[in-house]
Amino acid sequence: MLKKEQIKKIAQLARIEISEEEAGKYSHELSDILGFVEKLNEADTEGVEPIAHITGAKNVIREDKIVEYSDETKEKMINNFPEKKDRFDKVKAVF
Amino acid sequence: MIRDLHKKIINQEITSEKLTEEYFATIEEKDPEIKAYLSFNREFALAKAAAVDKKIKNGEKVDLLAGIPCGIKDNICIEGLVTTAASKILENYVAPYDATVISKLKECDSVFLGKTNLDEFAMGASTENSAYQTTKNPHDISRVPGGTSGGSTAAVAADECVWALGSDTGGSIRQPSSFCGTVGLKPTYGMISRYGLIAMASSFDQIGPVTKTVEDAAIVLSRIAGKDRKDSTSMPTAEKNYEDLLGGANIGNLKIGVPKEFFATDGLDKRVKEKIKQAIEKYEKLGAKIVGISLPNFDHALATYYIIMPCEVSSNMARFDGIRFGQSVGAESEKTGSDYTLWDIYFKTRAKYLGREVKRRIMLGTYALSAGYYDQYYLKAQKVRALIRKEFEEAFKKVDVILGPTSPTPAFRIGEKTENPLEMYLADIYTVTANIAGIPAISVPCGTIEAGGKSLPVGMQLMGKWFDEETILNAAYIFENS
Repeated sequence: MLKKEQIKKIAQLARIEISEEEAGKYSHELSDILGFVEKLNEADTEGVEPIAHITGAKNVIREDKIVEYSDETKEKMINNFPEKKDRFDKVKAVF
Repeated sequence: MIRDLHKKIINQEITSEKLTEEYFATIEEKDPEIKAYLSFNREFALAKAAAVDKKIKNGEKVDLLAGIPCGIKDNICIEGLVTTAASKILENYVAPYDATVISKLKECDSVFLGKTNLDEFAMGASTENSAYQTTKNPHDISRVPGGTSGGSTAAVAADECVWALGSDTGGSIRQPSSFCGTVGLKPTYGMISRYGLIAMASSFDQIGPVTKTVEDAAIVLSRIAGKDRKDSTSMPTAEKNYEDLLGGANIGNLKIGVPKEFFATDGLDKRVKEKIKQAIEKYEKLGAKIVGISLPNFDHALATYYIIMPCEVSSNMARFDGIRFGQSVGAESEKTGSDYTLWDIYFKTRAKYLGREVKRRIMLGTYALSAGYYDQYYLKAQKVRALIRKEFEEAFKKVDVILGPTSPTPAFRIGEKTENPLEMYLADIYTVTANIAGIPAISVPCGTIEAGGKSLPVGMQLMGKWFDEETILNAAYIFENS
């Protein structure tokens, strides 16, 4: 059973603000789900290599080269900024 | 269905414009109740239809999908249109580019009627997790259409489009197809570019068609498949016109595997079980060879999925932080005069604009990936995933396809499972294995169940070998047309 304090720590890591009440609710719900996935301990995985990519693709590379997008696309991306100043994405001070 | 409409369009028995108008008329009549669509694209759709009509008048050759009205799940980006993924956090998000599947469909002159509803960010099994509306099952409006592509399957079932695109991470095309009586195909992982599909769990997500017939699914698949440099997990595929390969297979050579574990599940509805048994008998009569097989780790599939998926969700959802796109409490703070720090913007934006199930999965994934738990959960699950893939490799040495139910039950009632997330997760029990192993799988209607004066559709699932969509499409086609 995950305690409320653990839930708060997870929420902190996940960058989600939660209330006391929500912490209690998550504690039950997450514990239920974790109880269910405990099943996996029955599976014998001795010597089994974990999956990296399901169809076996590896090291897909591309040329290190700038691909230009149209001004229209750029404007559309800029228009999606929640806050902007001129053509810049405006954010709060980091420090 | 697509082929017939195509013939009518090219023979000028009907114009694409008229056809598109007819579909919008059906939408106007039915969608206020069904609520399959989140937004419409009327102007663009009619302009496209008119352009197709013009091409035909000029004697130009057009594609099978040209001028055919379709719906697009609202987690797939169409340039210039709002793409919400049914989340409040993307309420005003206008996609700046087309998903690769959309570029391909535009080349075919597809007519996009609108964007269909889904569970928020494709997390759910009933479309009830949409932040905007609950879609109703057209066969019984007191029931869910399934999910997460419930808007797409309800739209196809209610004739609010000819076909639709969905996405499938753990069953999100197949399970709602089973509930709505449509054909739903989840292609092999890597078959179709995921570029422009809003990511949920990247190692499972795959786009696929929702259609009325198996042939229609084949037609759509042929046009959206292929390697894309914008999705490094997409794979080079043999260019095939799947629709031309149907009906040619000799069913006498078809070996159908039936895993005993599929029928030992507690939650399997007796009436569904009966329909699947009848489907097996039908194949047997048609001359296919039925082979009893075993997938011992079937029992672990759902648990594997519910570890790996939330881990991937927690990392994919990190981009919704109120900084680069989507809703942000920062944008409001100027109006309200609140003095938020950067930290506040992250925490409050995510708290306010993400839904309950999304947050639950982010929390679960964050926990499973946090220091000290990685080996116990994520790594263990990836090892079991390897075991499950191995089991399928072994099974496909003996059989060509694997048959079973798509979902353990027919469509359940709206509200029935919303308070119990774990119970909702069990709706994915038969579908997740295909995503875990990366194999293709299709759900095909195999009968109906009478309940409360309504006929509820039941779907049967056929799973196939990696990149062997041809065999499952053929097996499904024979079943559908016999």
